[in-house]
Amino acid sequence: MKRRRFFKVSGVAGGGLVLGIGCMQCAEPEVRRKVLEMPETWHEINSYLKIGNNGVVTIYSPNPEIGQNVKTSMPMIVAEELDVDWENVLVEQAGLNTEWFSRQVAGGSQSIRKEWLSLREGGAKARQMLINAAAQQWNIDASSCSTDNGYVIGPDGQKLGYGELADAAAALEIPESVELKSNDSFTKIGKSHQNVDGLKIATGKPLFGIDTQREGMVYASVLRPPAFGKSLESYDDKRAREVNGVIDIIKFGNKIAVIAQSNWQAMKAKKLLEAKWSSLSLESTADHDQILTKLLDESTNESFRKDGDVNQAFADADEVVSRVYESPFLPHNCLEPMNFYASVTDEKVELHGPIQTPAWCRSRVSKILDRPEEEIEVTMTRMGGGFGRRLYGDFSDEAAEISSLAKRPIQLLFTREDDMTAGTYRPAIKYKIEASIKDGSITGYRLSEASINSNMYGLIPNFFPAGAIPNLEVRGHKYDSNITTGAWRAPYTNFLAYAEQSFFDELADQLSKDPVDLRMELYEAAIPVAEEDDNIEYEPKRMQGVLQLAVEKSGYGNKPSNVHQGVSVYYSHNTHVAEIADVVVENGTPRVVKVTCAVDCGILVNPIAAKNQVEGGIIDGIGHAMYGELSFDNGKPSADNFNRYRLIRNMEAPEIDVHFVDSKVDPTGLGEPSLPPAGGAVANALYRATGKRIYKQPFVKELEVLG
Amino acid sequence: MASYTISINNQKKTVEVDPDTPLLWVLRDELNLKGTKYGCGIGQCGACTVLVDGNASRSCSIQVKDAIDLNITTIEGLSEDGTHPLQNAWIEHDVPQCGYCQAGQIMSAAALLKKNANPTDQDIQEAMHGNICRCGTYLRIRAAIKTAAKNA
Ligand code: FES
Ligand code: FES
Repeated sequence: MKRRRFFKVSGVAGGGLVLGIGCMQCAEPEVRRKVLEMPETWHEINSYLKIGNNGVVTIYSPNPEIGQNVKTSMPMIVAEELDVDWENVLVEQAGLNTEWFSRQVAGGSQSIRKEWLSLREGGAKARQMLINAAAQQWNIDASSCSTDNGYVIGPDGQKLGYGELADAAAALEIPESVELKSNDSFTKIGKSHQNVDGLKIATGKPLFGIDTQREGMVYASVLRPPAFGKSLESYDDKRAREVNGVIDIIKFGNKIAVIAQSNWQAMKAKKLLEAKWSSLSLESTADHDQILTKLLDESTNESFRKDGDVNQAFADADEVVSRVYESPFLPHNCLEPMNFYASVTDEKVELHGPIQTPAWCRSRVSKILDRPEEEIEVTMTRMGGGFGRRLYGDFSDEAAEISSLAKRPIQLLFTREDDMTAGTYRPAIKYKIEASIKDGSITGYRLSEASINSNMYGLIPNFFPAGAIPNLEVRGHKYDSNITTGAWRAPYTNFLAYAEQSFFDELADQLSKDPVDLRMELYEAAIPVAEEDDNIEYEPKRMQGVLQLAVEKSGYGNKPSNVHQGVSVYYSHNTHVAEIADVVVENGTPRVVKVTCAVDCGILVNPIAAKNQVEGGIIDGIGHAMYGELSFDNGKPSADNFNRYRLIRNMEAPEIDVHFVDSKVDPTGLGEPSLPPAGGAVANALYRATGKRIYKQPFVKELEVLG
Repeated sequence: MASYTISINNQKKTVEVDPDTPLLWVLRDELNLKGTKYGCGIGQCGACTVLVDGNASRSCSIQVKDAIDLNITTIEGLSEDGTHPLQNAWIEHDVPQCGYCQAGQIMSAAALLKKNANPTDQDIQEAMHGNICRCGTYLRIRAAIKTAAKNA
C-alpha cells in the first residue's frame, strides 16, 4: 500500500533545510528545591513584578493556569528581560485586575502569543527602572550601565543588587518605551524550566479550587434537571433535611441547592431529594442524527468562504468524491470537577476558584446579584484541567447565587455525575466533504458542516485547503438544541481536522499519489494565493516545513512491512503541526504504537513544557477519537461517570516523538494545536493497516462494526 | 454520627462522622488533608488513591467504619520533606500538566515500587491502569517511575 514518493520540496520555510530542535534541552534541568528567604520589604515595580529588599523577585502570572504551563512560561518571559536569576524568582498567580492586565483568559492557545510583547516589556521596563535608580545613585548616565543576573553594573565595575535598588526604583516613573533583548541573546527563553508548582503538586499541597478552605465556609451540592428539556415542578426535601449536617435546602431557578457542613453530607442529602420534573422538549441523538444528515444537503446562500465556481468544477469533473464524517457530543471531563467558592455579603462579593475567564465571571455575577463590579473580587486557583469547560462560569454564577441566598460563604462542588450531565458539550457535528477530480488533479472542494447550536467561527473556513484548490466552498448549517454546547479543546477543528485529513488520504489513493506528496503539492499551489489573500491564515511553507520534518523523523516510507503509517497535517491556533502515526496489527487487533510529531510554534519558550503540551494533546486527540462518545436519550446523557464513559488510560498511550522547527518568529500557543491532527493520523494509519476507512467517531465502535 | 479513630500517616486521628462517610471525605473535609483528590467517587479514576497497608486503594470506596484497623498513608505522608524518589522523579521529568491527578498517580506508583523494585514497562502500565490523567501525561509518568526505581 506504500507508494514511492516523487515530490521534491522547493522552498521550505525560507528556502533552507528544516532544522528540528531535538530534545536535548528537555533533559537538562535539575530538581529545583532552593527555599528562598523572604525579604523584609517588597517594592512594587510594575504590574508584573515586585522586588524584595534582599533581591528576591515575585513575578505575577496574569493568566489562569489550566495545565498549559503559563504560570511557569509567562513569568520566564518577564524574567528574561528583567535579567534576574530564576532561582531568585517566586511566581504568584495574579487575581483579576483589568487595570493591570489586558487579557486574563485561558483560551484559544493565545496566552503566550498575545502577551509575548507585554510580558517582555514588563520585564524590560522594570530592568530600566532599576538601571535608572542605580545611575541616579552613582550620579552617572543610565545609558552607561548594564545588568547582570540581578545586578546593575556601572561603567567602572560598580555593582548594586536589584534588592538594594528596589525601593528607589519603585518611586521612579515607568518608562514609556524600552529596548527589548535581541532574540539571540535570550538566556532563559528556549531553555527548559520545570513547573513552578511541581514540588507542591508532587507533595499534595492545596492548590486547586476544590481545596479551598475558608473561615465559616459550608458546602453546597446542587440538584439540576435530570435531562435537558426538563423543568422543576415541585419537590419534597423532608428526608434530605434529616441527614446529619444539613443546614439548608434552597430552590433557585430550576435547581435545588443542599447546604451542609461537609461535601459528603451535602451529596448524600441531595440523593434523598424527591423532585418532580415536567418535560418540555426532550431531544435524542437518534433525532439529531437525521436532522444533521438532512442539513448537510441543504444548499444555502450564505457560505463561509467561496472561491471560483464549485458547481461548475463538479459538473466538469471526471469524478466527484463525496464522503460524510460524523462525531458525537463530548463532555470535557476535567479531572477536577467544577467547583467554586463564593462569599456574598453586604459589603462585598468574593469569588475564588478555577475559571478560565475571570473578567466574564465578574460581569455576569454583577448582573445576577445586581452589584457593581467594583464590589466583586475574583481570584483564580490552579485548575484541574479546563479544555474549554471552565470558560463558562455557570458554576461561579451558581456559587454566587447560593451564597447570596444562604447568606453564608459556600463552596459549591459538582459531583462527577453533575459534571458529566450538566456540561457544555462539544456539539455533535457532521461534515460532508466533496471534491472533483479532473485530469488527475483536484479542481473543486466543498465542505458542508451540520452542527448542533453553532457553526465554525473566525478564520477556520480559511484554513487549508483554502488557497490550494481553485474552486472551493465552505458552508455550514446548525440546528438549535436545548442541550448546552460550547468550546471544547480546539473547537470544531478537533473533529474537522480528522475528517479533512482522512478525506485527503482517500484522494491521494484515488489520484495514485503518496499522501505526503499530495499534501506537499497542494501547499505549493497555495503559496502564491496565500501571499495575496490576507484571510488565509496558515502559511503553506510552514505546512511543508512541519511535514518534511515529520517525514524525516518518522522514517516515513522506510518502515518494516508490519508498520503502517498515517499522515496528518493541521494548522490551528496559529501553530502548524504534522503527525505521523504508526499502527501495527497484533493478534488481529490494530494498535497505535507511535506518533511522530513536528511542530512549528515559532520561538520555543519552555521546551520541557512545550513537549508536555504536545504529548498531552496527541494523547487527548487519540483518546477521544478512539473512545469518546456521549449520546442523549430524551434529553438524558448516556453516561454520568467513568464507569460508562471511557477515557484513554496509561497502557493505551503510544510512544510519542516530538520535534520543533527551529524558528525565529514570535511564539504561538501549544495548548490545543497538537490535538486536531491526531485523529486523522490514526484513522489513516488504521486504514493502511486494515484496508478499512473510518468515517465516524469513536473509532473503537467503528472498528467493531467493521470487524 | 459516631467517633472513629483511624491511623493516617502514622498518627492516630479521631473524627466525628457518619459511618458511611468515605475515607476520601474524612481526609479532605475533616482532617484537612487536601492532597487526596476527588475525581469520580466510584473507584474509576484513581485521583483519591492512598496506601492502605502498603497497597494502592481508592479512598472514595472505603467507608470510615471499615478503616479503623487500617494503616493509611496519603501523599502528605509519603515522605517527610517531599524527597521520596518518586517525588524527585516527578519534578525531574516535569510530569504534571494541570497536576490534579498526580498525587493519585504517585501513590499508585509508590505501591508498585514497594512490591516490585524493578518494574517492566508492562508492569508499570498495568499498575497505573486505574489512574486517569485527563491531560495525558502518561508517558512522563512511565518515565518518572523508571527513574524513581533506578534511584530508590
Ligand atoms: S475519586 Fe476515587 S477512584 Fe475516582
Ligand atoms: S495532569 Fe491533569 S489530569 Fe493529570
